[in-house]
Amino acid sequence: MATRTKHPAQDVAGLGTGRALGFLAPAMLLIAAFLVFPAVWTIYIGVTNYRLTGVEAVSPSIVGLANYTRALNDALFHNALWLTMLFVLGSAIIGQNILGFTLAWILRRARPAVRRTVEALTLLAWILPSTVVAYLWIAFFDRDTGTLNSILGTTGTAWLIDYPMVCLVVFNTWRGTAFSMMLYSSALQAVPPSQLESARMVGASGWQTLRDIVFPHIRGHVLTNTLLISLWTANDFSPFLLTKGGPNHESETVPVYIYNVALQGGELGYSSAISFLLLLANLLVSLIYLRLLRRRA
Amino acid sequence: MTPAYVVRRIGFYVLICAITLFFAVPMVWIASAPFDKNPGLGVHWPDWTFENVRKTLDHPYALHAIVNSLIICVTVALAVTAFAAFASYALSRVRIPGRDALLYGLLLLSSVVTGTAAMVPIFVMIYQLGLINSRFGVALVMTSGLLPAAIFILKDFVDAVPKSYEESARVFGASTLQILRDVVLPVARPGLATIMVWAFVNSWGNFLVPFLLIRSTTLQPAAVLMQTLTDEGGSVNLQVLPVFSLLFSIPVVVLYLLVNSRYGFRFHGGIKS
Amino acid sequence: MRSLRLSGALALSATAGLLLTGCLGSSGTGDQDANRNSDAKKVELTIGSNSVKGGKSSAGATFTEDVLIPKFVADQKAKGVDVTVKFQGDGSDDEVYKQKLSLDLSNKSGPDLFQIDGIWVGEFAQAGYIKPLTDTVGDASKVDNWDGWKQIPASVQQLGTFENKRYGVPGGTDGRVLYFNKKLFQQAGLPADWQPKSWDDIISAGQKLKTLSGVTPIQINGGTAMGEATTMQGVLPLLVGTGTTVYAGGKWLGYTPKLRQVLEFYHQIYSTGLGDPVLQREAKGRDKSFAEFAANKIGILLESDYFWRSVVEPKEGVAKMADRDTAVGYALIPAARPGGGVNGQDFVSMSGGGTTVINPNTKFPQQAWELLQFMNSAEMVKESLNGAAKITQRTDVNTEVLASDPMLNFVATKVLPITQYRPGLAEYPKISAALQQATADVVGGKTTEAASIAYQKAVEAAAGSKDKVAGN
Repeated sequence: MATRTKHPAQDVAGLGTGRALGFLAPAMLLIAAFLVFPAVWTIYIGVTNYRLTGVEAVSPSIVGLANYTRALNDALFHNALWLTMLFVLGSAIIGQNILGFTLAWILRRARPAVRRTVEALTLLAWILPSTVVAYLWIAFFDRDTGTLNSILGTTGTAWLIDYPMVCLVVFNTWRGTAFSMMLYSSALQAVPPSQLESARMVGASGWQTLRDIVFPHIRGHVLTNTLLISLWTANDFSPFLLTKGGPNHESETVPVYIYNVALQGGELGYSSAISFLLLLANLLVSLIYLRLLRRRA
Repeated sequence: MTPAYVVRRIGFYVLICAITLFFAVPMVWIASAPFDKNPGLGVHWPDWTFENVRKTLDHPYALHAIVNSLIICVTVALAVTAFAAFASYALSRVRIPGRDALLYGLLLLSSVVTGTAAMVPIFVMIYQLGLINSRFGVALVMTSGLLPAAIFILKDFVDAVPKSYEESARVFGASTLQILRDVVLPVARPGLATIMVWAFVNSWGNFLVPFLLIRSTTLQPAAVLMQTLTDEGGSVNLQVLPVFSLLFSIPVVVLYLLVNSRYGFRFHGGIKS
Repeated sequence: MRSLRLSGALALSATAGLLLTGCLGSSGTGDQDANRNSDAKKVELTIGSNSVKGGKSSAGATFTEDVLIPKFVADQKAKGVDVTVKFQGDGSDDEVYKQKLSLDLSNKSGPDLFQIDGIWVGEFAQAGYIKPLTDTVGDASKVDNWDGWKQIPASVQQLGTFENKRYGVPGGTDGRVLYFNKKLFQQAGLPADWQPKSWDDIISAGQKLKTLSGVTPIQINGGTAMGEATTMQGVLPLLVGTGTTVYAGGKWLGYTPKLRQVLEFYHQIYSTGLGDPVLQREAKGRDKSFAEFAANKIGILLESDYFWRSVVEPKEGVAKMADRDTAVGYALIPAARPGGGVNGQDFVSMSGGGTTVINPNTKFPQQAWELLQFMNSAEMVKESLNGAAKITQRTDVNTEVLASDPMLNFVATKVLPITQYRPGLAEYPKISAALQQATADVVGGKTTEAASIAYQKAVEAAAGSKDKVAGN
């Protein structure tokens, strides 16, 4: 990171703007065709009352901002926003971040065998297909024969019903910690060992070392990591696979709500409008993040 | 060996054990249920049988589905890695105005264009291109969805490749392509490998895109079949599902192990800012 | 550079605008010649269905692929026509299947014949995705003179009908009854030939069952997690028992005393320990209720004949009961009080089922119609059962195949005459969701008053205006 200058983009390999654009072209074309274009279209659908079936499928009409005003007064949407915030805060900003950092920190000096085992398990949780993982957790939380109840001796406790958001937070922490762990592992390698050594020499406590030596070095990593996992978590659909948003909307995060509105209700117009609002929320979070990052520099 | 040291070591191992258990216990089911005579949701020592495995292999679409998934996801992984590598290198090394805004904008878009409504335009486009019922069409859509995040992550890898390497290679008269091939690529390889696994894993579980864009059951990937098995007229096929879950998981695990042993699966000073 | 991107974006949005106006709600299929390709010697047809071998509704898919298609091909070959029929099977949630079909149909593509739920007929017709059979086939007498119609009872034909026009040929149908566990009934001192005459009879049986330990007396589906199963195996059978239907006289049911009565019944069951409120909230609650019934843990359960055929069925069922024939009793669903049901009935039921329709954009409308008749012929319908007993759309087949199964015979002869179907309108799914929500509220502990008020609001939003809602 010492090489980082004010203008990181230096054409050291002599690529030239033309060739650089050529390098960019395939990715940008694909993105334009299958991402930007559908996005524009989705935004357009958001100002109509389009549905996939029924009269509005043949002759949708432009309803202007009606979908947006509806969303602002929609108690279920407010509920979904609130739950998404809890989900992001609990499982990404706190859960994955802290567990990921803890793992990276304590595994640093662990024996290689221990380190490899723990890392492999964490990564396994991250890479298994989500349908499989969702099924594993449904089985784990099951009311009658679930593993959790067997361990705790609480047979009959319906975890996914009584504590749906807690379950989702625990689940997503389990699912996503690997990313933070890997990122922090590599970040920690960038902390000069000499500084850690001198901290030990002056008898700094573990917490002081973290705060005064380690954290300033990895602040950028923390912010980037938090941004990425927050965005991923906010847009994560796997809560649907576990609880379908239930019971009675108690775990219906925004992506699940969008899905339910679009499929069960068939209201593509309204669901597009909510998608766009979700995009705006994401944008807001990113801007805050960029601000924080700038302040560092 | 001061008492404080001993306490710290014990604390350390208790913590490690707790975390290990946290990650391991939910996964036990997939190890026991496939080989159990009466698979249920609970975890218990199995009443060993290979009957479920036989039933799964006899399933008319199980093996097709895995093969289709492999075809689609290998294509996606390679395409994402290649396109993202070129794009991120260009973005990292050549000044392009509004680059950061562009990157963030795309990253945000990619998170929103996954919903049901977005499938309307995507379907229409793929239909107009004549790529309905084509695994290639599915791979195309998935690739586009993963590219922004891949570029975002890879660009930081490339930023971390010391420019002095390229500069000295240039001093010795290497051409741009030589520099890319012989200097940048080897240094960036762990990053590329990581992105490849990431892209593979993310496309592997995708249900909606292939479900909507593919018509023949014989071309559907495993994620779609998985959905069918958990929804067999309202109830779950507990003989085939556990084994198929296991089969469905093996490729991602193997890929990870391969990449891990070859390159080490980590972000080598990757993502910073 | 900047201007380049800007113009690129402009060009892109211009294209987008063009495509948008072209593809959102394109109408006017143009009148196509119904006799197009009618004399073709080489014909290709595709059948679409939400069933797949080794997955969802495997038996149906297997029959279509292994019996129906080969027989039809042979039949056509004898007439000198070379037909290739493909089966396009899916196996997913009905809603997702519906989305896939809609996307296909809105692009004027999709399978030539496809199976849909009877309640989608209205919304598909309104969207122009399907047309009356007489339009697609072109010749009204050709359609109306099909001898199969005579074998399909008028009530069952409703499944493929919208605004008095036939859009498709219904597949089989079903009927809902109250199942009860005779072993538990005996332990609780209740008769083995139990037939409640009113809701109070159900409650008093439940109270006796409650004395047995580890037994949930009554399972009436409620809540949002079970989706349509709540509406069909809960709210609607109860609602017709109060003497009204969810859609009557051009208006949807709003907050009325009868709705309140239904919700009170839920409240009575789930607040007094007669039912298990947690189960109603579980994502896999319905599957679980099946397993519990099979394990002798549920006394009374409202389900369709599907439960008898495919759930507690001793050999292949998903929750097998080896002693099904002796242990499982069934009774008609009573109206709230005798004579208080819809049309003054003492007993009530609800039914549903699928229907097969022809894609108006098929290349081969005449051949598709021929295949549709062929698959609904007595011979094929009988073969589709593959020896199993199931209520089919055809009376002649039912008389023959149901003789051996008293339960299904009971449904065909006692339940079908008194049953009701849901309205196949585009608003229905949202009304249904509002009903599910109302039961969820009640099961979750809200007052029936609060649930009813919230329901009224939801229905007004779903129906589009207050005038389309009956209630205060």
